[in-house]
Amino acid sequence: MRAAFFGGVYSNWLALEQALRDARQRGAEAIYCLGDLGAFGPHPDRSIELLREGGVPTVQGNYDDSVGNDRPDCGCGYTDPRDNHYARISYAYTQEKTSSAHKPWLATLPHKLAFENAGLRYSMVHGSPRQQNEFLWETASPDHLLERLCGDADVLLCTHTGLHWQRTLPSGKRVVNVGALGRPANDGRTCVWYAFLDTEAEEPFAFIPVSYDHQRLAREMREEKLPDEFVETVLTGWWTTCLEVLPAKERLKGRF
Amino acid sequence: MTGLVQLQSNRAGPSVRFRWLDALWIQVTGTLCNIACLHCFISCGPKATQVPMMSAEEIERALSDGRDLGMRQVYFTGGEPFLHPELRRVVRGALAIAPLTIITNGLLIDEATAGWLAEESAASRYSLDLRVSLDGMTAAQNDPVRGRGTFDLIVESLARLARHGLSPVVTVVEHEQVESSRTLFLDFVRGLGIRQPRVKFLPLLRIGREERRTHGYEEIMNDVPLLPEVEASLLCASGRIVTAQGVYTCPILIEHATARISDSLAGAQRDLQLSWAACQTCVLDGLRCNT
Ligand code: SF4
Ligand code: SF4
Ligand SMILES: [Fe+2]
Repeated sequence: MRAAFFGGVYSNWLALEQALRDARQRGAEAIYCLGDLGAFGPHPDRSIELLREGGVPTVQGNYDDSVGNDRPDCGCGYTDPRDNHYARISYAYTQEKTSSAHKPWLATLPHKLAFENAGLRYSMVHGSPRQQNEFLWETASPDHLLERLCGDADVLLCTHTGLHWQRTLPSGKRVVNVGALGRPANDGRTCVWYAFLDTEAEEPFAFIPVSYDHQRLAREMREEKLPDEFVETVLTGWWTTCLEVLPAKERLKGRF
Repeated sequence: MTGLVQLQSNRAGPSVRFRWLDALWIQVTGTLCNIACLHCFISCGPKATQVPMMSAEEIERALSDGRDLGMRQVYFTGGEPFLHPELRRVVRGALAIAPLTIITNGLLIDEATAGWLAEESAASRYSLDLRVSLDGMTAAQNDPVRGRGTFDLIVESLARLARHGLSPVVTVVEHEQVESSRTLFLDFVRGLGIRQPRVKFLPLLRIGREERRTHGYEEIMNDVPLLPEVEASLLCASGRIVTAQGVYTCPILIEHATARISDSLAGAQRDLQLSWAACQTCVLDGLRCNT
């Protein structure tokens, strides 16, 4: 089986479009999205429409819950005032620009999706199975906790942090954080990432970099008067916000 | 025990449901500290042994209990953790199973210590975070609170950690001497050579020595239920602290006998009624001790 898993889209409709094309070219029989369709980027409806038109089964992210239910904030779970300042700007923008026709759809997305293949149970969530906005960072998620969170799944797929990683646990179960299509992985590269499953391959999960027209995205973000700090991330591949929640090792890999 | 202002027993505070064990705090050195800050919320100091130091075995037991309960992260605190004679052993033990944050005043982090911290950090798959307290950008701001000469020593330690490739988080308690803005403080920390600097501001807790210095809590919370998101975000909703004297609700209340809720970590996984005056700082001022 071949399948693609998309994490946080954050309104990066250009990357989403490119990733859909890329996954189909690689022969994906199924494409899933793990939520957070809005935030950060421009024109939130465009991403939602690409997913809805493409019939992509989508897990609800904290952002989708917030926008869909008109909640007062995005529920990203930041603790720092500066991060919250930027989070508020993008949330107000996204909430205003998301068509009311899409809000009930966002509000009713499932918290979990699952499928079985060749005797293995795959489970998909946004943050973690127990909390929609729980951050599962590579260097801050102990094996024993991940074993627990897997429950009866053999493979647990998640997003929410924006950084991709995978680990095989002592029990043989696997956890894959599929990363994000919405913004680069704080590595100084402008591409974004998704996870691709090929059950025939020796290493079943591969992370696929997606290059897209990031100059155009930056242009659109400027036209929409989104913060320069966000535009900078698109153009440089380095995060400028949401940095306070990073564990030490992830922090040291970034530029800021 | 310090002058605890507690609710009259006929008035219960709001309740907090225990969600799961996210943060395991360990009071490794009890109340023993190499300095005695004016604003210390648990009256720690060089002679403060009201909460004793834990043995390495006790710390290891706490770690393995925490793992069995699915903890996500470990915090070592005190007092001053670097006074523990077997700190390296227990740091390694913690980092073998989970991410670790050490809360420290930084004064004892000499060249050799910074070196082994960097080694332990590099050897682990999990993150090692150091949270170093500083109370201003100048000796004039910091030293009246932390003691004469401490500013220069802390700054040296921060720079030393940075040279060893570590990225300490600087925590600042908001007291009257610090008017400096975050940006200024970040620039200051960056100036010490720390890459990806982080500064965390903590509200002042008016208990312990601080209560005697200024004033305690006069107002008292009632039992109106907390907003669900406030309740869920409280440290005591998903964390506990193990000390040499048993398991307590949270690191803030280890000197309060009524906050000792169990002998064992497993037994401490239960709901609470917030009947302590300091709870107001968490509930009303938004104190969160996690990194
Ligand atoms: S605030 Fe920290 S460094 Fe100061 S006396 Fe208390 S435990 Fe020691
Ligand atoms: S002081 Fe704060 S963390 Fe401790 S029990 Fe009270 S509310 Fe909870
Ligand atoms: Fe999210």
